[in-house]
Amino acid sequence: MLFFSYFKELVGKEVTVELKNDLEIRGTLHSVDQYLNIKLENTRVVDQDKYPHMLSVRNCFIRGSVVRYVQLPPDGVDIDILHDATRREARGA
Amino acid sequence: MAAEEESAVKEPLDLIRLSLDERIYVKLRSDRELRGKLHAYDQHLNMILGDVEEIITTVEIDDETYEEIVRTTRRTVPFLFVRGDGVILVSPPLRTA
Repeated sequence: MLFFSYFKELVGKEVTVELKNDLEIRGTLHSVDQYLNIKLENTRVVDQDKYPHMLSVRNCFIRGSVVRYVQLPPDGVDIDILHDATRREARGA
Repeated sequence: MAAEEESAVKEPLDLIRLSLDERIYVKLRSDRELRGKLHAYDQHLNMILGDVEEIITTVEIDDETYEEIVRTTRRTVPFLFVRGDGVILVSPPLRTA
């Protein structure tokens, strides 16, 4: 549940989701769930000329399993909190 | 009296725990590699890395000579979440020339 909690903290921030099909979508994180499915608002495709499929899409739901990376704002969450949470999670799992 | 924190290395995930806040090398599917500082991970090998360099390796075959041209593309990302299902291996950074 570590990353679920982390993403909940990031709701409202701008992120770039890179999918496994190489599509990169930039948007505001609206919500996330336990499967790390993501809902983005105000979306824009990063390379619009290469991927014109979603020119008119402004909000989307992304299945967690198709995500490769999420580029995050560096000031999203305190790094030390992340380290402590990871140590606790690693012990419990 | 607080219990002593169990920091013994018992299973492979404990080995990764030793690399927290250290730089690591990650081999991913689709001929990708990452080098960055490990900030968080879970049992699925979902990870958060800082100051990451991504290296994508592609091999092109020349139509006439059939020689293999190996290309690498690099980019850097300040803070990155990596989904665990793409991870193949995690290691301390390799010492290459």
